[in-house]
Amino acid sequence: MSDTTPHGATAVSSPPPAADDFLSPAELAARHGLSVSGARPGLAEYVRQLWGRRHFILSFSQAKLTSQYSQAKLGQLWQVATPLLNAAVYYMIFGLILNSGRGMSREVFVPFLVTGVFVFTFTQTSVTAGVRAISGNLGLVRALHFPRASLPISFALQQLQQLLFSMLVLFIVAVSFGSYPGLSWLLIVPALALQFVFNTGVALIMARLGSNTPDLAQLMPFIMRTWMYASGVMFSIRVMLKDAPSWIADLLMYNPAAIFMDLIRFALIDGYGAENLPAHVWLAALLWAVLAGVVGFVYFWKAEERYGRG
Amino acid sequence: MAETAKIPQSASGTERVPTVIADDVHIVYRVHGGSGGKGSATAALSRILRGDKGESRGVRKVHAVRGVSFTAYRGEAIGLIGTNGSGKSTLLRAIAGLLPTESGRVYTDGQPSLLGVNAALMGDLTGERNVILGGLAMGMSREEVRERYQDIVDFSGINEKGDFITLPMRTYSSGMGARLRFAIAAAKDHDVLMIDEALATGDRKFQIRSEERIRELRKEAGTVFLVSHSNASIRDTCDRTLWLEKGELLMDGPTDEVLRAYEKETGR
Repeated sequence: MSDTTPHGATAVSSPPPAADDFLSPAELAARHGLSVSGARPGLAEYVRQLWGRRHFILSFSQAKLTSQYSQAKLGQLWQVATPLLNAAVYYMIFGLILNSGRGMSREVFVPFLVTGVFVFTFTQTSVTAGVRAISGNLGLVRALHFPRASLPISFALQQLQQLLFSMLVLFIVAVSFGSYPGLSWLLIVPALALQFVFNTGVALIMARLGSNTPDLAQLMPFIMRTWMYASGVMFSIRVMLKDAPSWIADLLMYNPAAIFMDLIRFALIDGYGAENLPAHVWLAALLWAVLAGVVGFVYFWKAEERYGRG
Repeated sequence: MAETAKIPQSASGTERVPTVIADDVHIVYRVHGGSGGKGSATAALSRILRGDKGESRGVRKVHAVRGVSFTAYRGEAIGLIGTNGSGKSTLLRAIAGLLPTESGRVYTDGQPSLLGVNAALMGDLTGERNVILGGLAMGMSREEVRERYQDIVDFSGINEKGDFITLPMRTYSSGMGARLRFAIAAAKDHDVLMIDEALATGDRKFQIRSEERIRELRKEAGTVFLVSHSNASIRDTCDRTLWLEKGELLMDGPTDEVLRAYEKETGR
């Protein structure tokens, strides 16, 4: 955003005083090339502005990540400890008490569960943070100029960095249950990239919705919990629904959260083969990412000039 | 509204270039949970059941700025005065394009900016990281931030009593925090600069330094707006003054004239 003044040099050489006083404000503005303050830029220009703010977006997300645990005695150690504890709790409840890992050996189920929890948490926290991206940062929106999409994108980026810490834990879990690093682990990178685009798109949609309806923040935990149980985070959808009509299982398995979880499980866990994945799974992942990314971005941009109203 | 049409005469023969034009600007805040009646859950429920339409359901409108029009020209320093809650800060935000107008329009040349970065800074981060974050938030490039980093720290004087810049900002005294915030905010050059009572921070030494910096910024900026309750600082800096009251523009004219009327009205 370079603040250029197109009229800097013209004042000297301009014609003698004209009858400015008789013009309406709009005509006067047009005559001197003034633009409406706070008007929405075009889509291409908006992308350009956003790209210009990439360092702010990154630095804001890192700042948020750091400040999260800065008051704790163990400090940044919690970045790793939190997902580890999460995995332990889920394993205790679903692995030991409810035994939801039917149809899977222990060597598969534990990494299956931990992957599910971490990957779903990535989407969940991005979406939840998206709801409050604008409504929770009104002070920032009302004080400074920047493309507002910076905020939801920054929050999604923060969650991506948080996920990278979780992946460390996940690798340890996978190795200690007999899945060793191999070439297939590289598939994690494109899978997470697609998931990140998907998350960002949904976060952008939720940010616009949340800026009008702050009540959404109250509703989100319930929506996300329903989504979590429907996506097979802690059980295999196909095994659980083997008595139900097959289209229900198909529907659940093609939902984006399930797709991304399955892709990463497939990449990571030796005993989790392609037979567990729905057909055309990479295409489905790509479509979800592009759909959410494009729709989310355009939908958010459409209200750009209205964010910040009380 | 009759007195507001007065436009200052151009001093020289050259054409005056408008930088900010406000055309019948109205701004309405919508406040949730501030509606009349009981704030209890049952009251909210019965409002919904009675089928009150969106606007009145727990939402209260505050009409903060009512039909303000004026034109600001290049080289002017304009003061905004008025009692608390008269809509001065709100009007500034609308000019900066940060607060959408309900109706009416603000036209500007270039991007007006508000002097202040408080909202972008985080208390849990070190002063060092806040300088970088704040600079980036104001739209400076990484190189610019790096270049000016030392100036900002020196100007704030945070390191005069030891290495405080590497401590989290929440550990600063309120004066130190305010100094660093001002130093970051004032590091950028602006086309149209708006200052919202930011001058009275820090100790006497810092105040003198910040007033100097404001004068520098004024020279570089095309047009300056200053909101202040200090008539002295308005008199010092501004040649034109707008008087807002209850969201309406009561008076617009040379600073002396407007301040005289304002002082008479407020009994000072």
